[in-house]
Amino acid sequence: MQYLLLLASEPDVDDFAPGTEEFDAYMARWMDYSQQLVDSGAMRGGEALMPVDTATTVTLSEGTSSIVDGPFAETKEVIGGYYVIDVDTLDDALAWAAKIPMSRGSVEVRAIMPTPGPGEAES
Amino acid sequence: MRRLGDIDLAEESLQEAFARASSAWSAEVPERPDAWLYTVARNAGIDRLRRDDALRRRLARDARVLDTAVADAEAGSSAEGDPGIGAALDDDEAGDERIRLLLLCCHPALSRDSQIALTLRLAGGLTTREIAAAFVVDEAVLGQRLSRAKRKIRDAGIPLAMPEQPGERASLLCDILGLIFNEGYLSHAGDGAEATRVVLADAAIELTAIAADALPDEPELGGLLALELFQRSRHDARIGPDGALVPLGEQDRDVWDRSAIRRGFLALGAATSSRRLGPWTLRALIEAEHAIAPSSAATNWARIVRYYDLLLGAAPSDTTRLNRAVAIAEAGDPVGALAAVEGLDSFGGYYLWHAVRADLLLRTGRRADARAAWARASALTSNPAERALLARREREAGS
Repeated sequence: MQYLLLLASEPDVDDFAPGTEEFDAYMARWMDYSQQLVDSGAMRGGEALMPVDTATTVTLSEGTSSIVDGPFAETKEVIGGYYVIDVDTLDDALAWAAKIPMSRGSVEVRAIMPTPGPGEAES
Repeated sequence: MRRLGDIDLAEESLQEAFARASSAWSAEVPERPDAWLYTVARNAGIDRLRRDDALRRRLARDARVLDTAVADAEAGSSAEGDPGIGAALDDDEAGDERIRLLLLCCHPALSRDSQIALTLRLAGGLTTREIAAAFVVDEAVLGQRLSRAKRKIRDAGIPLAMPEQPGERASLLCDILGLIFNEGYLSHAGDGAEATRVVLADAAIELTAIAADALPDEPELGGLLALELFQRSRHDARIGPDGALVPLGEQDRDVWDRSAIRRGFLALGAATSSRRLGPWTLRALIEAEHAIAPSSAATNWARIVRYYDLLLGAAPSDTTRLNRAVAIAEAGDPVGALAAVEGLDSFGGYYLWHAVRADLLLRTGRRADARAAWARASALTSNPAERALLARREREAGS
């Protein structure tokens, strides 16, 4: 079963300047975490996002659209990245979420709705 | 080091409890509970006794109800031919099924309300109507809650499997079962739905017994079971003919259900034979002191105070501090108790705080203050049985 781990935290959490020792140690923790996902066979994808002040939201309504500067929801915690993982159960997904190397924040775990891939539609 | 001390206290206490039970009961209990309890305390032959217990026979009968509940859950979650949560059950033994179903019901990914409803519906076999009546919610609302929870179990991939760390889940299970028991036993006594709520309390007891049996390495389940049984044993003594709650100290102890008390000691013996004393076990030890005391005056209040001290270390709460103050007063120090209660003034909106304070004011000779405190307590509770008791106390305090 595939799960999306949606990573959110306050923007000033883990905000280390590149080139510092803290930054390198912080990045090493993420590399290590991602490598563990790869080694376990669960990794299906994942990226970090540019800061939230670069977000633009397109709002759709009955055939029209409008563009607004900023994220779709003004909340204290903002989405900073995601992983897509393939594991057996929610418990496995929650265990991976608990190991995310953020100092503080939230990880929303969502099962991805299964859709038949090319050639699988009839199976 | 302190942990060792806790264990010594528990062992000493249990040993003495059994000895005292023998003198308290020898005149009226034909089946030699003294010999029985000693067997328990020594933790010998416990499995044989447990198998013999009448409760087990009832549980075996209820297994059929459970199977039906599972089938129902499966039907509800497999609308599109999905194998659903029932499919994983086929290959496993019935006992394992039951405990895994219980642990599934209290999975932390489910809301507290869903956990309670699922536990009663799937594991307890209660009908949606019974659960709705007991929690005073609309049957349709409860039905939706159950459907949503079952859908989440299926769609989010919550597994029907033993968790990697059963201890954490067992602790959640204790919380859920304790809540269900309290709702059935303590919350709304005397408001006309008493029978409905006894169903809840008994369901909690049966499920706790199943869980304690299936997870012998989780002593808190045994502690909770003992606590529930000791409280249940007083059911017939705790509501007076006028519908008012009868406080523990004034209950007719001959009416207490000896077989429930005996089963409580059996569960407590198993729970305290481990090297950990958790909050549920400590609460059960406190209730055990009441269960074996021939009267309120003859209760070992000093030891109850010590259990409350341990309980505050394990699970600090102002409610426990309030109860501890009551025990301090009973142990002979109403002035110290009153000081402790006055220090809990964050409880200003809580009827029980005013009731306890009133009682202590009366004992320390402040009659007028006591009456005012009872009036305040009475105004703060909506439970008629409790209100009747408070009004009586206020009258008895005179003017």
